[in-house]
Amino acid sequence: MSLTGKVHKFGDDVNTDYIISGRYKFKTLDMRELAKHVMEDLDPEFYSNVNEGDFIVAGKNFGCGSSREQAPLAIINADISAVIAKSFARIFYRNCINTGLPLIECDTDLIDSGDELEVNLKDGILYNRTSGLEIPITPLPPVMLKILSEGGLVEHFKKHGTFNLD
Amino acid sequence: MGKTIAEKILSAKSKRDVKANDIVIADLDFTMGQDGTSGLAIRAFEEMNAARVFDPARVAMVIDHSAPSPLEGVSALHQQMRTFAGNQGINFYDIGDGVCHQLVPEQGHVVPGDLVIGADSHTCTYGAINVFSTGVGSTDLAAGIISGKLWFKVPETIKFVLNGSLPRGVYSKDLILYLIGDITADGATYMAAEYTGQAIADLSVEARFTISNMAIEMGAKCGLMEADDKTIAWVKEHSKKEFEPVQADADAVYAQVLEYDVSNLEPQVAQPHTVDNVAPISAIAGTPIQQGFIGTCTNGRIEDLRIGAEILKGKKIARNTRLIVAPSSRQVMLQALKEGLIEIFVESGAAVVTPGCGPCVGTHNGVPSDGENVISTANRNFKGRMGNNKAFVYLGSPAVVAASVLTGKLTDPREFIK
Repeated sequence: MSLTGKVHKFGDDVNTDYIISGRYKFKTLDMRELAKHVMEDLDPEFYSNVNEGDFIVAGKNFGCGSSREQAPLAIINADISAVIAKSFARIFYRNCINTGLPLIECDTDLIDSGDELEVNLKDGILYNRTSGLEIPITPLPPVMLKILSEGGLVEHFKKHGTFNLD
Repeated sequence: MGKTIAEKILSAKSKRDVKANDIVIADLDFTMGQDGTSGLAIRAFEEMNAARVFDPARVAMVIDHSAPSPLEGVSALHQQMRTFAGNQGINFYDIGDGVCHQLVPEQGHVVPGDLVIGADSHTCTYGAINVFSTGVGSTDLAAGIISGKLWFKVPETIKFVLNGSLPRGVYSKDLILYLIGDITADGATYMAAEYTGQAIADLSVEARFTISNMAIEMGAKCGLMEADDKTIAWVKEHSKKEFEPVQADADAVYAQVLEYDVSNLEPQVAQPHTVDNVAPISAIAGTPIQQGFIGTCTNGRIEDLRIGAEILKGKKIARNTRLIVAPSSRQVMLQALKEGLIEIFVESGAAVVTPGCGPCVGTHNGVPSDGENVISTANRNFKGRMGNNKAFVYLGSPAVVAASVLTGKLTDPREFIK
């Protein structure tokens, strides 16, 4: 699975209220509609500036706060291909795997807004085309890779009827 | 080698001898969703081609975040939950019953030693009664209510040893805010927290819930306490279930052990826009306040209402200041009515609203205006949290909120406590 796109960079501790505000998440289950408000409190122009396949890049503790699965779903429906951060909050991390949004843990100090990245999840390589640097990625544990590679937890349960992670 | 509480509970529930960083599939004792997360869980349940939940008695859905419904879209979500709950025969709590994290222990659904998931990040609250409970997303909840199981990474544990006794006018909220300020919003990410020591032993079970509730605000997966006599008495009063408390071994291995002496702690306030931006009240007293809020799964219990009412009794809140009070459950509201607390709030000038989450999550019941400052007993103060990203939310104890709405500015509650 190879992904390419441009970087939209954010700081540390981006919480799920910033990803999708509570005032929107209760209004609808239409994720294309929710996606229009993704990251709005940090950057009102974010949604209109995203091209299909772009990356959200951030510092530490991305996705802290509430357990709302609308957060990864709104990101997916804004056509972001993956989130890249120094570290992720635990519930958000699970929610990404379960909904099929790839996440990448690495040192993001060497990535800037507007950089063009090439990511190969299978081989664990992140290449910054703009700076020419290759950045090592922390690999996902096998349990999560299995769920992600099957397209998320819904597809896993459709296929197996229960957990089948051994 | 000894085990932590988290390692022991996950060993028992996975029927394996596990230690930190192992990955297990474990049996769930209870599962819960609220109105912000259940809609997606029901959708995932249907997409997974499931027909029945694994055990209706072990599943609850609660309408609390946006209750009563302020919008058509929310009404549709609520209706979907009512239909699902009716068809499946699960535990169901409708508008006005209360906040999920008050109801789950209050109604006796969970007991010491249990493994519990909830599609709400503050599910860690029940750690105060020795329950390994943790927040998950909607798809995890769907998998949990279908199979009765979920996969977990066994967390490492940070142990907080809290020595000394809290001074007068200083509460468990001040203590947990201080700890979060000290170790920061990601200081315990992926880990379990264990809270122990004289300061915890001194607290009532209700006050302990406030501490475990906010474990997630330091990134923790759960906020565990051992069960002492107070815990056992409280649980027996609320639940008929049999239980076996789980204590940590003396030689358990911890990622970190942090010791604090709380004897000189002063009231603490989290400043906008992060929970770990904590200052003692003396450093920020005098900041103007337009709205106060007493309630939530953090501080909406009967003891919290008593603390607020004692300060407000016979007084009026300041001009151009508002106070909203949301009891955390119907039972709490009834008890507050019996004790005359609701009368005190209403006479002081407060608006008392439906038991539930109130304005905490910004959907209704008191969205602040641009540039306004709010002092709240909730657990989050993120930008936009209360529905307006141009407002500023401060977090404190019920005493800080009550004192601050009397003066119209952030105020040390000890000025009002005899």
